Amino acid sequence: MTLELSLNQQPAHARQGSSIGQPLTRRDGFLKVTGAARYAADNHPPGMLYAVLAVSSIARGRVAALDVEAAKAHHGVVEVMTPKNRPALAADPDAKDHPFMFRLDLLQNDQVRYPNQSIAVVIAETLEAATEGAALLSPRYESLPARVGLDGAESFVPRGVGIGSPAVHHKGDVEVGLKSAKTRIEATYETPAQYHNAMEPHAIVVAWDGDRLSIDTPSQGLAMAQGRIAGLFGIAPENIHIRSPFLGGGFGSKGMISGPQVLGILAARLVGRPVKLVLRREQMYGPVGHRAPTRQTLRMGMDGEGRLTAIDHHARTASSTFDDFFEPAADASHTLYASPAIATSHDAVRLDTGTPLFMRAPGEATGSIALESAIDEAAHACGMDPLEFRLRNYAEVEPMTGKPFSSKALRECYRQAAETFGWASRPLQPRLMRDADGFLTGWGMGTATFPAIMFQAEAHAVLRADGSGLMETGAQDMGQGAWTAFAQIAADGLGLDIDRVEFRAGSSDLPNAGIAGGSGHTATAGMAIHNAGAAVIARLADLATGNEASPLFGAGNEGVLARGGRLYRRDDESRGESYAEILTRAGLTEIEGHGKGAPDPASQETYAKHAHGAVFAEVKVDPDFGQIRVTRLVGAFAAGRVINPRLVRSQYYGGMIWGISFALHEEAITDRRSGRIQNANLAEYHVPVNADVPSVEALLVHEDDPYVNALGIKGVGEIGITGTAGAVANAVWHATGVRPRRFPIRIEDLLG
Amino acid sequence: MRDFDYIRPATIPDAIAAAAEPGSAYLAGGTNLLDLMKGGITSPERIVDISRLPELNRIERLDYGGLRIGALVRNADLAHDSAFASTYPAVAEALLSGASAQLRNAATVGGNLLQRTRCSYFYDTASACNRREPGAGCDALGGENRLHAVLGWSDACIATHPSDFCVPLVALDAVVEIEGKKGRRHVTLEEFHRLPGETPQRENALEPGDLIVAVRLPAEAASFSANARYLKVRERTSYAFAVVSAAAALVVDGGKIRAARLALGGVAAKPWRARSAEAVLLGADANEASFASAADAALADASPSGDNAFKIELARRIVVRVLMSALSGTPERLPALPASPFSNIPGVRHDA
Repeated sequence: MTLELSLNQQPAHARQGSSIGQPLTRRDGFLKVTGAARYAADNHPPGMLYAVLAVSSIARGRVAALDVEAAKAHHGVVEVMTPKNRPALAADPDAKDHPFMFRLDLLQNDQVRYPNQSIAVVIAETLEAATEGAALLSPRYESLPARVGLDGAESFVPRGVGIGSPAVHHKGDVEVGLKSAKTRIEATYETPAQYHNAMEPHAIVVAWDGDRLSIDTPSQGLAMAQGRIAGLFGIAPENIHIRSPFLGGGFGSKGMISGPQVLGILAARLVGRPVKLVLRREQMYGPVGHRAPTRQTLRMGMDGEGRLTAIDHHARTASSTFDDFFEPAADASHTLYASPAIATSHDAVRLDTGTPLFMRAPGEATGSIALESAIDEAAHACGMDPLEFRLRNYAEVEPMTGKPFSSKALRECYRQAAETFGWASRPLQPRLMRDADGFLTGWGMGTATFPAIMFQAEAHAVLRADGSGLMETGAQDMGQGAWTAFAQIAADGLGLDIDRVEFRAGSSDLPNAGIAGGSGHTATAGMAIHNAGAAVIARLADLATGNEASPLFGAGNEGVLARGGRLYRRDDESRGESYAEILTRAGLTEIEGHGKGAPDPASQETYAKHAHGAVFAEVKVDPDFGQIRVTRLVGAFAAGRVINPRLVRSQYYGGMIWGISFALHEEAITDRRSGRIQNANLAEYHVPVNADVPSVEALLVHEDDPYVNALGIKGVGEIGITGTAGAVANAVWHATGVRPRRFPIRIEDLLG
Repeated sequence: MRDFDYIRPATIPDAIAAAAEPGSAYLAGGTNLLDLMKGGITSPERIVDISRLPELNRIERLDYGGLRIGALVRNADLAHDSAFASTYPAVAEALLSGASAQLRNAATVGGNLLQRTRCSYFYDTASACNRREPGAGCDALGGENRLHAVLGWSDACIATHPSDFCVPLVALDAVVEIEGKKGRRHVTLEEFHRLPGETPQRENALEPGDLIVAVRLPAEAASFSANARYLKVRERTSYAFAVVSAAAALVVDGGKIRAARLALGGVAAKPWRARSAEAVLLGADANEASFASAADAALADASPSGDNAFKIELARRIVVRVLMSALSGTPERLPALPASPFSNIPGVRHDA
């Protein structure tokens, strides 16, 4: 795959628009606030039945018996799907052809390998009947002891972590670095299992028509879902139409089609009628991924000037017993702080849980809270201000690889955020600040970073004889604002006002837009849109400049400008004509163009590409009770070009609030004996409420990046969690003098 | 779903007759019951919907200075009744510190008393729970129990009662007015809820068919209005149950405590009236030293039921603080963050 426009080459036909950079409100906002937006579970095709999962209450063993007769006898129950009658699949759900093909529990046998694993599906005329039918199955189990916790099984070094990164990395010799250090710190931090908890549960509405499938389901990656389903059912991908116009959040848990969604398809196959299957909240704690727990030990050495001589970052994590996803927490130490010696390593245990998965900033979030805490400890050990310490160890090149950064405005982030926050007056020692009401007050900071990733995407552009445009790509809006940001890129790409552009997305019959994940969707699909626009404008320019009747005749060598639905000579803007005039003269009702988005291999090789940010937090802590409140958060982020500052700010807010959540709230409480999660609901699995977030500010720091892609976009979806969680933890230390070493921070940790 | 009979009686006697049948449950706000039914924790065969009984939603001032709160008065309506809030400020503060605005709009006074524990093993039907299934055992013992009881627990059950509202109510000698097959009777709130002992499934004094029709506050409860507070420590600023909470009410004259009321929440299977602490306070100097003695007395019998020893020390500190807050006087208006240790942060105007 090659780019239509290489990055540093002046395009023949420039397009100028005013949409990119505008703080437009969400184009889907009205639909959403009025309830008119149709989410997957809002669809009710004629004849639809309801499917409800029966899930395992044990963590490990087998289902010895199910009372299928009792369930089928319940009025309204149409069918019960178990391993005995589940329709055949064309592929083994336990096959793993590539690292991103995750094993699925599709009733392939009677084995149970984690709590909340699907063990049967009850299909009924009503949701109530299916629910009761599932309860009537009264499963009997033969169970084995559950393996729970980071010491619950023998550890091993996985072959790779995250998306195929080696489990062990090093440069230089950290033991030498530590030995030569004047000051050393060593600390261990624990982070808990966390669950994505999108507001919208995984839901699927399926209708079969012969070997054609019509599906409504939330998906962060339509083409991948289509491909996975095609493989499992042995049908052509193009026979599968998936609609996913809106997601009520995904955070990685909707990146891959999950087992329960496929069970909905199987259920529809079995009964020969459309079926809807929606997970209950507690059923989301198992089969749709989670963030694995970690235990991270960091050792750092510093010379007499506070320069790092060594960073050693080890992470213990966990995967399921049957599949591989290893939270790459220690890799967080690859990119931020300069040190002559850096070592990162991982080991893991296999537990009786569902397989962990990408969860917003996978590895970066877990690694960041440990790394930023350790950096804070190191600064304190050196008697230095944490900001000064970070600046002293500022990485001018990517520390692990030595590559130059494609751009890095982190110094400016530090400066702006520190100034806005008022960091300069912070006392060095902890437990010195009290407010007028006697609350311990603390200020902490953290550095945010996230890689600028691109995947592959395609888009299709059309210009019509009425002067309007169409842009199509199967992009996914999971609440981040893709409907709006992509329409803005499309408008500028087509040289049209945004009101003249029809933008289509969220459907698998559109060009593959790749995955809305890795904070790379705007860059990837945005570049496809940009390039599709370029292609159709080039076509239009050919029509004009090659036609003697056009005022643009002969301008081919100079190039043209596309703006506001007109082409102009680049060297003489008084000469131009409208798109409609060009197409009408040519006798064409429309013309089209295709574009692709993909990382540029050359710049990939040369540059380290990351977004950066700095987050400052103020916390107040009740000195007697240990109750914590984050009273202020200020973040400054540099992530390349900002398509829509309103939406970008929202992404930062959301990430920063998640950072509070990581530091203070989120934890899946797992029974140490049964392995069952005890707080699988939104009342007891705490995330921040509005009262926990009195003041959040996100500053957008200007950054031009000529190397990431032609649009200069990095990505903003995940970076906000990183830095923030550590900043909150460090502020708690500064308020109390107690160093948080396990997260979330609990009252009892601070009672003293 | 599991079939059940749904009955909407027109009168209280009809309701009682209907609910006296085995397997019946009253439905009022439904904020707890419906979740319990959906989760398969309870499966009533008959729902007696009392939510439209007309006479149960009134707040009445009684001749002798007391107050009668109908069982169907909504939490939010009661808390925002300005006469009520100024006379019983700790009760209003407790109400507004509970649940969320949406839940408070639906939840009722009677239902609040009858809400079930939030012990996760009670809700997890795959776990053993003597409260849910007598004789099954208690998986909370030895399990994830950092928020469980430190007072009045037994080996049969270590769950806590989750109510905020009940804590100041029990401190103020509230009385539960119950209508049953044998007529009307009154039970003090202190006696209404039971400790688990060997029979944790028996949570309160109600007999089959019994209907809470009102909660009464005696005349004396109004005498504390100048010095009454509720304090709730929790793990997020709103929409979380108490780790530990406390209500305190004082009458102070010439630096001496003339009357004292103290109760704790989140520490036991019932709202915990701390009478031994009240005895320490009565006649004592109104100062921190007295309050610390009272706190020691209140927690003298406390013991951890699991990983929750911290709650004992936390409760001591909360007792001291809530008494200090009560001594310094009821604020003129309800704080923006009711019952929160952070209620004093200036500029914060959340009331949820």
